[in-house]
Amino acid sequence: MKFAPRLLAVMRKEFLQLKRDRLTFAMIVGIPVMQMLLFGYAINTDVRNLVSAVANQANSHLSRQFISELGQTQVLDLRYVVDTPQEIEALLEAGKISIGIYIPPDFDRRVIDDRRAAAHLMVDAIDPTVIGVANQLRNMPLKFDSTVAPPTRAGTFEVRPYFNPERRSVVFIMPGLIGIILTLTMMLFTAVAVVREREHGNLELLINTPVSTTELMIGKVVPYILIGIVQLALIIAVGHFLFNVPILGSILDLYLAASVFIAANLALGLFISTIVKTQFQAIQITFFILLPSILISGFVFPFEGMPRIVQYLGEILPTTHFIRITRGIMLRDTPLGDMSQELLALGVFALVAMTAATIRFSKRLD
Amino acid sequence: MNSNAELVIKARGLTKRFGNLTAVDHLDLDVPRSIIYGFLGPNGSGKTTAIRMLCGLLTPSEGSATVLGLEVPENANALKPNIGYMTQRFSLYGDLTVQENLEFIADIYSYPRHSRNARIEELIEQYDLAGQRTQFAGTMSGGQRQRLALACAVLNKPQLLLLDEPTTAVDPKSRRDFWAKLFALADAGTTILISTHYMDEAERCHRLAILDHGRKVADGSPAELQAATGMSIIEVLAKDPQAVQRELDKLPEVASITQLGMRLRVLIPDTNSDPLSLVDRVLVAMNLEASTEIVSASLEDVFVAATMEDSSVGKAA
Repeated sequence: MKFAPRLLAVMRKEFLQLKRDRLTFAMIVGIPVMQMLLFGYAINTDVRNLVSAVANQANSHLSRQFISELGQTQVLDLRYVVDTPQEIEALLEAGKISIGIYIPPDFDRRVIDDRRAAAHLMVDAIDPTVIGVANQLRNMPLKFDSTVAPPTRAGTFEVRPYFNPERRSVVFIMPGLIGIILTLTMMLFTAVAVVREREHGNLELLINTPVSTTELMIGKVVPYILIGIVQLALIIAVGHFLFNVPILGSILDLYLAASVFIAANLALGLFISTIVKTQFQAIQITFFILLPSILISGFVFPFEGMPRIVQYLGEILPTTHFIRITRGIMLRDTPLGDMSQELLALGVFALVAMTAATIRFSKRLD
Repeated sequence: MNSNAELVIKARGLTKRFGNLTAVDHLDLDVPRSIIYGFLGPNGSGKTTAIRMLCGLLTPSEGSATVLGLEVPENANALKPNIGYMTQRFSLYGDLTVQENLEFIADIYSYPRHSRNARIEELIEQYDLAGQRTQFAGTMSGGQRQRLALACAVLNKPQLLLLDEPTTAVDPKSRRDFWAKLFALADAGTTILISTHYMDEAERCHRLAILDHGRKVADGSPAELQAATGMSIIEVLAKDPQAVQRELDKLPEVASITQLGMRLRVLIPDTNSDPLSLVDRVLVAMNLEASTEIVSASLEDVFVAATMEDSSVGKAA
């Protein structure tokens, strides 16, 4: 009998509370819209403008024409012109290109020999999308002047996969997953750190003691860096021993980069904690940042497939840079020194977020 | 100069506005060393805001304050080691034990390492926390929490203790014990500023400021305040106090009536020369059965008179 009025009372109360929590209200609109925009724009497996390098050792009229045709497909962005396949390999290892085109000196003869592929595609096989593109290019028609060339049984290109010759997707996913897991846990740890003390009333006591803002902020971050390092060891161990994900490069480099990445996420979490009012809001903001970290960081969807503006957004996220580093170290044996820009980006991010958090955190209540 | 040096807190024209609300309105305050100074006022009278300004947590909108010879909020950092602060809400860590909380506070205050444990033992003894040493602070009773909070506030032996409604959540027995500890601290030279809305607590203070709507409406020792209410207090013992109250309310001379069981406390300004017969005349005229007598002012009468003057000013304006 009294069920309906009581039910209405509870519902009315929920709406009233929701209406007053402006951040939650914004999230109700923000999360679906952002999700739609990101999914809509970012997820494009029909990749264009893959950064690539060309080594044309034939240097014949036909080979030059062939390369120009390749450029016109807009599938490849022929950014580097080099002399030897070794140089292409170096670029692949540094993660600078996804695909290398090697035109051997006997290209013209190979074109008319239908048992041999005319040229080589050297492919970074970590990302399945890049493999897909390579397979598409493989049977690209090749013309000798105006006459149509006979269909070559061997294909135009011979595809040579690098770094993940078995093309296992777990190899592609795992290094990125380290970044995603660390982003979520680390950011969440500190995002609730300050706001929890505010909610529990501890903060008013703390700011009345001689403890300084810097001591408080760094003291809150450091224990979680250690936790993050333990977490990293766990993920790597599971990936390596259970899923046979290779770790070709230096473990020390990996840990060094991860420490900076963990610090960046903790600092970001701490900054979130200084702007929100409740733990619930902190969790919402964390997910608001986690979502793009999964979608536009190059974790699953190729960075090259996204529009320029989304790529810029992606560059702001620490996860984007960290995933490049983990793939480089674990799968390509790239020395960390060759990815100093990515490491620098993470360091700058950590520093800026930490400074912002310290400035935002005032030892006063007004 | 000499008398100023003895003042632990000196505030002049201290004001805090939040938007349109003036929480503290031109507060002047002189608190001498080694006494218990009370802030008495209803909720929202500006007690907490005033205390927060005095320890540098809030920036005054106007006016200035010197605490332990240091300007606040400018020199708040230098002040922090020498003040102990107890918030209205329990603000220690509920998921740490008593011992862990004390150790944390000791280290935050950089209490000398070699004497730290001895100091903690001393506090556990003094504040009767031995039985709770390994208990989580969050699971303790109101009285136990309050003892822990006070132990933490005094750990660094501060010269000044700021206590913001510290006894709100505790039983009368715990309150009595708490005050005994405050007197011992004051005896040992600590100055204590305590806010309260309990009359019996206000009565225990050496000196007292009554706050109302952010303004200080009276200050002095409880005895001074009681002597200077400017009111005659008539106690009426009546068979039907409600009926008596209705009739007396009609008298323009009556400033306030408070019912206490079968008795009424009637406040009539001193300007009236014979308040007793004024009341008696009404009772006789209305044929109400009651006895009357003039009594001395209680602190509650002081409070009622002080906060009423303020509202009459409001009416006149």
